[in-house]
Amino acid sequence: MAYKQHLKDHFIEQRMFYNRSIVAIVFTLILFLILAFRLFFLQIMQYDYFATLSQNNRVSVQPIPPTRGLIYDRNGIILAENLPSYTLQITPEQTTDIDALLKDISALVNLRDIDIKKFKKEVQRKRRFEGIPLRFRLSDKEVAIVSVNLHRLPGVEIKAQLTRYYPYGKETAHIVGYVGRINEQELKSLPVTNYRGTNHTGKLGIEKSYEALLHGQVGHEKVETNVRGRILRVLERSNPVPGDDLYLNIDIKLQQVAIKAFENKRGALVAIDPANGQVLAMVSMPDYDANLFVNGIDTKSYNELNTSWERPLFNRTVLGSYPPGSTMKPFYALAGLELNVIQLDHSIFCPGYYQLKGKAHKYRDWKKWGHGKTDIKKSIVQSCDVFYYDLAVQMGIDKMHKYMSYFGFGQYTDIDIVGEHSGLMPSRKWKKRVRKQVWFPGETVIAGIGQGYVLVTPVQLALATATLANGGQHFQPQLVSSIQRKDDALPRQILPQLIHNINITRPENWLKIYESMQAVIHSRRGTARRLNKPDLRYKIAGKTGTAQVFSVAQDASYNEDELEERLKDHAIFMSFAPANNPKIAIAVIIENGGHGGAVAAPIAGQVIEAYLSQFSDAQLRSSIPPKTTVKTGLPSDIKKPSSNTHKEHSHG
Amino acid sequence: MASQGASPSLLFRLHIDGTLLIFLILLMIIGQAILYSASGESDALIQRQAIRLGIAFIVMLLIAQISPDTMCRWSPLLFIIGTIMLIAVLLVGTKVLGAQRWLNLGLFRFQPSEMMKLAVPMMLAAYLSKRHIPPRNKHLFIALIILLLPVVLIAKQPDLGTSLLVSSAGLFVIFMAGVSWHIIFGFIFAGIAFTIPMWLFLMRDYQRQRVLTMLNPDSDPLGSGYHIIQSKIAIGSGGDFGKGWLNGTQSHLEFLPERHTDFIFSVFAEEFGFSGVLILLTVYLLVIFRGIYITMQAQGTFSRLLGSSIILTFLIYIFVNIGMVSGILPVVGVPLPMVSYGGTSIVTLMAGFGILMSIHTHRKLLAH
Repeated sequence: MAYKQHLKDHFIEQRMFYNRSIVAIVFTLILFLILAFRLFFLQIMQYDYFATLSQNNRVSVQPIPPTRGLIYDRNGIILAENLPSYTLQITPEQTTDIDALLKDISALVNLRDIDIKKFKKEVQRKRRFEGIPLRFRLSDKEVAIVSVNLHRLPGVEIKAQLTRYYPYGKETAHIVGYVGRINEQELKSLPVTNYRGTNHTGKLGIEKSYEALLHGQVGHEKVETNVRGRILRVLERSNPVPGDDLYLNIDIKLQQVAIKAFENKRGALVAIDPANGQVLAMVSMPDYDANLFVNGIDTKSYNELNTSWERPLFNRTVLGSYPPGSTMKPFYALAGLELNVIQLDHSIFCPGYYQLKGKAHKYRDWKKWGHGKTDIKKSIVQSCDVFYYDLAVQMGIDKMHKYMSYFGFGQYTDIDIVGEHSGLMPSRKWKKRVRKQVWFPGETVIAGIGQGYVLVTPVQLALATATLANGGQHFQPQLVSSIQRKDDALPRQILPQLIHNINITRPENWLKIYESMQAVIHSRRGTARRLNKPDLRYKIAGKTGTAQVFSVAQDASYNEDELEERLKDHAIFMSFAPANNPKIAIAVIIENGGHGGAVAAPIAGQVIEAYLSQFSDAQLRSSIPPKTTVKTGLPSDIKKPSSNTHKEHSHG
Repeated sequence: MASQGASPSLLFRLHIDGTLLIFLILLMIIGQAILYSASGESDALIQRQAIRLGIAFIVMLLIAQISPDTMCRWSPLLFIIGTIMLIAVLLVGTKVLGAQRWLNLGLFRFQPSEMMKLAVPMMLAAYLSKRHIPPRNKHLFIALIILLLPVVLIAKQPDLGTSLLVSSAGLFVIFMAGVSWHIIFGFIFAGIAFTIPMWLFLMRDYQRQRVLTMLNPDSDPLGSGYHIIQSKIAIGSGGDFGKGWLNGTQSHLEFLPERHTDFIFSVFAEEFGFSGVLILLTVYLLVIFRGIYITMQAQGTFSRLLGSSIILTFLIYIFVNIGMVSGILPVVGVPLPMVSYGGTSIVTLMAGFGILMSIHTHRKLLAH
């Protein structure tokens, strides 16, 4: 019975399904008939109408790329501009044999392999009726030669365009960076519509980090074309909005003084205004000409730059991590005082070495026979190591880590160019997390003289010096000072970004450090006494450093002289001036330079002199001592007043 | 089984339906030819598409090996995973061009809504095939809930084209299961009533704009109506025999947007004219008729329901795409099946054909 019922159900189901399938077939036919009729209507009945429209349909919309914003230094000297230049471009659709055409062209103008390679890549990517650039920046002579021969070069066009040019290409390469042709990867991340018609984008430095502002808004042009796409007439135009101009805090004259002072040494210099964090000069040596990269650098030059052991492409100011050596000593001395580990009258006896309790190992002072009785001032002026071995052990690595991080050691400075290293200020936690090891007491000892794990970038050291100089205000270092939008009457100033204030327990502690650092230059036994010239209108406070180089990077080729050179110590100097009214804070690192006082300090001295020459005696003289913010106790945790984004405000 | 009767052909043993395969290959060839023209004769694009076609072909082959019974068993799991991924997309998905459709799985990005084009009809077919046929009201109600959940999730991404395809796939299953005509007409009226709140609350501004310009494209010739007007000019100027391969002027002069994806039919119609269009429609029709034939031969309710849903959804692809580029339907993002450039949709389509082939080649050969 149930079986029979099942069969019956099965039969009903089959019938129903067949019926529905017939409905589906009818449904399909109806839809196809609708489509067929619609297309018949468009293609047969209305053919004449649409064919006429198609003939007249020669209006196309073409993008007009915006002009890129200019970049100026703090005194309005132009650092990045757009110069008219001529580009040779080919429209593949209008050519018969591209390879033969390229051969013809190369007989007339100089074509590098990379030009042809990039051109062929774009031929693959773009549509055949679009003009594809082959050579940028033709000389006047080349323009003339090609123009005369245009009649026998089908599909070839010479187009006037603006090309980026850096008048101080070498001096600003590590700051301004450069633009280059957009590559496939960038094509994916850039806003498509706004970059129609744009060939270049910022690749490095300011050009990259401020790309969104510098680029501007694309405009459009409605044009009438012939059937092949050639423009006959412009019907309508919406103008592009040019990119914003940027004013930097950099003083290009000061930058030049610094570069000149480097002669042919390798290293970095960063100068910051302690009052607001503005970056006045930023040098990474050796440098290179940014203009080489604008329209594609040829492989040979690039390899030369890229594989050179001197690493000219490497921006040492933000990416170079160096052991700070003795330049850490003023910071440690201040930490000891402010954290109540030592008092102002603290002194030790330096026998020329230091030993941990119960250990035989001797940690040597640079002065074999010792400094004898050493107080805080003497420890800074003569750079006594034993004093700081002892202080470090008394403080412990975690307190050191905490107080140093107030000055930004081991932390990103958030400078406004892309890519920086954070340096390293070690702690127990860090070692456990990263190295999976416990902290050894001996490591505290050597951290006390800025060796061991401790690493700083030049911009960090300069910023920490600025924070020390201004009494504990820690600013974000800023390269860009203001943004000039085309519609604005006045540029929008970028406000200084105070990251935090370091609490001052006792102003006397800070004054003690200032006094000692001043004596480094202005006393008979100071390690940088050679900066002390009798006619100096101001006093300089500073500290020398000499950092051991532990290992040599494993590069493929070197000769023995080179190797010897590369094993020499790094020379370091940090300073600010005038000592009682700081207007410039500076850090200099000379790779394998030897002693900081001998090599790095004179460079800083020249930059300080050049910068302070613009101020009158009265401006240099006034003095602002640090104020107490907290009466007693440990400084409480840092308050962050704002995020690290740039705040703009209209001024005027 | 195979030893009984005449030994089946090699294709049959590979679980491939030769007739369907020939039509599909024909469509692929037409697709590659027109893609070459639409892309401005780009070899690179053709190569990329060829690789995708190859992958899609392998997917079809693999799926054809799975028996419908196995598919039926795995349907609920597939559906649940798909639904969870749809929710994940809304929470943590990657945004591309303003819509959140992609799930980043580390190695590759995955579009769960694409998978649901098959998972939803599979789930519904599995559910309804185990219940009374035609479905009772209670089962019908549950089926509609199963359908509505993913459709709403996809519409929220927002992806109007895919949610349309998924809902039609589901509705076709329910239709083929034999829902009475009273209910069908009842729902059509209810659907009209539902359109009003959907218009007001669920649709995004750009979708509303698309519908409005569809109704009157000339009102906004340089804005959103521009695409349809240009597309109609391209199609209409093709005439009876077209302008010839690679000779379409409209499509080559940048008047047409998305020439190689959603609007590829316009390029085809311009270059091959009405005669070419008739040939293309005929090939499509042959695919559909072969599909319906397969489902009419099919054994088991699950196979029938799923097979017909797949083939009728294919019909909807064609109708919506050609309807939209010729200006009788609003512009929703539905590709021309087997022809438009793009990876995921072609894989899903071929997976669907894999299921049809499996249905056809896994029949138990009974003595009549």
